Amino acid sequence: MSYITGVGLTPYGKHEGSSSLDLMSMAAAQAVVDAELTRSEIDGVLCGYSTVSPHIMLATVFAEHFGIRPSYAHAVQVGGATGLAMTMLAHHLVDAGVAKHVLVVSGENRLTGQSRDASIQALAQVGHPDYEVSLGPTIPAYYGLVASRYMHEYGLTQEDLAEFAVLMRAHACTHPGAQFHEPITVADVMASKPVAMPLKLLDCCPVSDGGAAFIVSREPTGAAAIRVRGCAQAHTHQHLTAAPALSELGAEISIAKAKAASGLAIPDVRYAAVYDSFTITLAMLLEDLGLAKRGEAAARVRSGYFSRDGEVPLNTHGGLLSYGHCGVGGAMAHLVETHLQMTGRAGNRQVRDASISLLHGDGGVLSSHVSMFLERVR
Amino acid sequence: MSEKLADWTSGAEAIVYQHCAACGVRQYFRRSFCAACGAPDVEDKRASGAGTVYATSLVCRAATPETRAHVPYNILLVDAAEGFRMMAHGDNDLAIGDKVTARFKQFAGRLVPYFEKVK
Repeated sequence: MSYITGVGLTPYGKHEGSSSLDLMSMAAAQAVVDAELTRSEIDGVLCGYSTVSPHIMLATVFAEHFGIRPSYAHAVQVGGATGLAMTMLAHHLVDAGVAKHVLVVSGENRLTGQSRDASIQALAQVGHPDYEVSLGPTIPAYYGLVASRYMHEYGLTQEDLAEFAVLMRAHACTHPGAQFHEPITVADVMASKPVAMPLKLLDCCPVSDGGAAFIVSREPTGAAAIRVRGCAQAHTHQHLTAAPALSELGAEISIAKAKAASGLAIPDVRYAAVYDSFTITLAMLLEDLGLAKRGEAAARVRSGYFSRDGEVPLNTHGGLLSYGHCGVGGAMAHLVETHLQMTGRAGNRQVRDASISLLHGDGGVLSSHVSMFLERVR
Repeated sequence: MSEKLADWTSGAEAIVYQHCAACGVRQYFRRSFCAACGAPDVEDKRASGAGTVYATSLVCRAATPETRAHVPYNILLVDAAEGFRMMAHGDNDLAIGDKVTARFKQFAGRLVPYFEKVK
């Protein structure tokens, strides 16, 4: 058994002068207070990576900086799926009695700490060094390739993809911490600069500074109790060239295993937090997870199904696309927002019912997947 | 151990894949064993350069000065006639399903496979 007992999240965007450690510390301090714990009670630390300040032992660098001496600590690297992979590991660690309160933390000054070119270049290295990177691809190009094939097989249009950017922006407009607050339309997305076709600038998440943290505990520490009901992973490939067919990608494998582990089904889901590095990522994952039928996710966006007052509200903070993407912390914001929704603390963004939530993370180029169900038990 | 053939990744005008005699699988990324069955003896084979376009993305925003000079360039996934998939460059107007054939081109100081539509 494990519970998410506290969360912390900085605004995303520019944090001029803040280091990765500063951003991690800001979020971690919030999470400790939110869990009604003291720093000395944190006996486990899992952290992500920082492309701006790489280190072979980031978890202990952070623990020293933050001023704690955990009995278990290391970094985890699964690309965009790192946040949920750390949560899954923390769940198993506290369940096994290895630690009582695991701090899961990440933060990066990815926007102001390095040039955009440096960010894009660093991320493109997830490609194969000999057979892919030498062709000059970028992360948008890898996902652009996936998008072209998915659109070809399932009949999606660029306008369909644009709907996801518009929805995420609408949600971000209601969150003061989001990087972007100007509403956009499908026409704006269509008219934005081409990046890697069919993906245009507004189909892509931004580069951000920010930090996120949460505490995973063996027992609830406050009045509310948000339990990890079940989770699972799947890893089918690293490089896009070696990816299986669209119908055999890891999201379908990990969600099937998570459903079995939790005893839950998609109709049980009241709130969804799904990785959205690009509009195509979100469209595909929603359909892979079964939150929409093949080729029908965009129609569900148009009908309001994923809006704050819809049947399954989705990424109500604005997601990576509009809250922002600071690396590992990017998708951790999805879990922070889910926790706020599940505990009734989302203010003007509060949804009617988030008693059972589904989270899904994706790392690499649809390479690594983590699916997780959270349940409010009190 | 069979003879190792040079390919475009080392500057030779060739596309090379590996064939496993034990299980019949063809793999593109070079290794000293078959990733499907683990057999230690895979044979290098030179591909014909014929294939079908599986996916395309026209890159309009590049991240280095060297690659920026080539913008826009079309990155492809091509299903080779021999039964493996590879990433390459190609004509900007290629579409999924097009039958293509490879030649080689300089890109950002390197030799890369470049596909054109079969006339």
